[in-house]
Amino acid sequence: MYRHKTDLKYSDITPRNAFLNRRQVIAGAAGLAAAGSIGGAAQAKLMAKKGSPYSTSEDANSFEDVTPYNNFYEFGTGKPDPAKHAHKLTTDPWSVEIGGLVNNPGNYALEDILKEVTLEERIYRFRCVEAWAMVVPWVGFQLSDLIARADPMGSARYVAFETLHRPDEMHGQKSKSFPWPYVEGLRMDEAMHPLTILATGIYDEELPKQNGAPLRLVVPWKYGFKSIKSIVKITLTEKEPPATWNLIQPGEYGFYSNVNPEVDHPRWSQASHRPIGGGLFAKRVPTLKFNGYGEEVASLYAGMDLHKLY
Amino acid sequence: MLAWTCTNCTEPMTLVQKVNSATRRVPAWLLYILLPVPGLWLFWQAVQNQLGPDPLDVLENGLGEYALQLLIAGLLVTPVRNLTKINLIKYRRAIGLMAFAYVVAHFTVYLLLDQQLYWDAIWKDITKRPYIIFGMSAFLVLVPLAMTSNNLSIRKLGPLVWRRIHWGVYYASVAGATHYVLMKKTWEFEPLMYLAIFAVLIGYRFIRFRRRMIA
Ligand code: HEM
Repeated sequence: MYRHKTDLKYSDITPRNAFLNRRQVIAGAAGLAAAGSIGGAAQAKLMAKKGSPYSTSEDANSFEDVTPYNNFYEFGTGKPDPAKHAHKLTTDPWSVEIGGLVNNPGNYALEDILKEVTLEERIYRFRCVEAWAMVVPWVGFQLSDLIARADPMGSARYVAFETLHRPDEMHGQKSKSFPWPYVEGLRMDEAMHPLTILATGIYDEELPKQNGAPLRLVVPWKYGFKSIKSIVKITLTEKEPPATWNLIQPGEYGFYSNVNPEVDHPRWSQASHRPIGGGLFAKRVPTLKFNGYGEEVASLYAGMDLHKLY
Repeated sequence: MLAWTCTNCTEPMTLVQKVNSATRRVPAWLLYILLPVPGLWLFWQAVQNQLGPDPLDVLENGLGEYALQLLIAGLLVTPVRNLTKINLIKYRRAIGLMAFAYVVAHFTVYLLLDQQLYWDAIWKDITKRPYIIFGMSAFLVLVPLAMTSNNLSIRKLGPLVWRRIHWGVYYASVAGATHYVLMKKTWEFEPLMYLAIFAVLIGYRFIRFRRRMIA
């Protein structure tokens, strides 16, 4: 495989102070570079490795499609709300608490996580449970890299994720109609699958806050709400972890939530979807099982009744 | 009947009198020109791709919301007259018919641009999904109302039967707002607000009716 592997141990992790300093140096250098270049972007490009065999060859949606149209209820329930309010979120410093059934638990600073991985571009189809879809050129790394680094115990069967809970910056979290913080989960084999990534960017830009900065999950064969945003906690467990939408409405959202045109959501037929970005008259497109990633992932669910375990 | 007119009064006109005298100069047909403007403007922006990444969603939802707002406006005419003596009754038919026009536009967008005439999916929607059932039943109830919103019908049906038919607007409003509440994935403020407004407007009539029965 071309991708980067890590065999770092927890003891190898540099203390956070050192990273913060390093980050400041880099920020300063970037500032200089930006000042020196005429019309250069203020933000450094991520320069992710291109050409992943997992990327689709379909045309990606534009940056302007992907960034003002989000479901991120922490910043309001309307699609444009996150783009309006997410700027309040502080994403630096950021760390992820990795725990549960791992040999290397700890609070991993984001800089430290990123130092040990190679960022690559993954152009994935993205299918929302509301029956619309996009194609997004994510920048990220395989979740399996990070999990391997935490060194999972043999008893770990699931991975639980948690979004930041900070109502001061995420005003949606003041609403009582939602059990905050947002949580999600994957089975271990789903989490370790090479298609499953943690994204830090899109279009070689740092992930905009409304898209789940600074670190979000992307599981392209599942409905979008499984791809939890702004992750602060990853816990390996033996039992199936809770998933927010499943908790609220178990009859509408299953734990697995694989894209499946044969199983309708009570509110939306899943047989087809509207591609975003094609304008008012864009044609509906038939939805593919596992969002078209069946070749890669169907075997994970061999023998399961996906009408029951939706 | 024309007690509010004040042609021979010496004292200056009150606000109510001013509004009422203004309505004599503003014809109802003007509403058939003005009220479609927001919908046409929204449609134009959608065609021009100026409504963000998902113009269909903005258009479909926008037409639905205008329909609810016009239903509110129509239901406000009576309480406004009772409580303030401002009489806007001559506009009520235009308001009601325009509300219906927005529902028709909303439904048309749903059929042509959202579901794109996939009859399987549409049939499933209409028979299975509670929020669509509420919307659809609201629409169906409004059809006879719109068809009888003319003087000839009032004369032919007689005021009693005509009024019975038009009680349907209470059902259509509540069902339309319920349709909005149910389509959201959580309890959202705005749709509940619409439902609450209709509850007040209908509750007001109910209380008045009871009082008159007792009196
Ligand atoms: C009196 C009749 C109706 C009223 C007042 C009404 C009102 C509304 C409103 C206010 C919205 C949502 C606006 C928003 O989210 O901002 C909406 C959305 C919608 N309505 Fe209606 N509606 C009516 C009838 C119908 C009918 C007959 C259908 C189809 C059979 C329909 C299908 C839809 C759909 C598909 C949506 C969009 C849901 C989504 O975005 O997921 N409506 N309607």
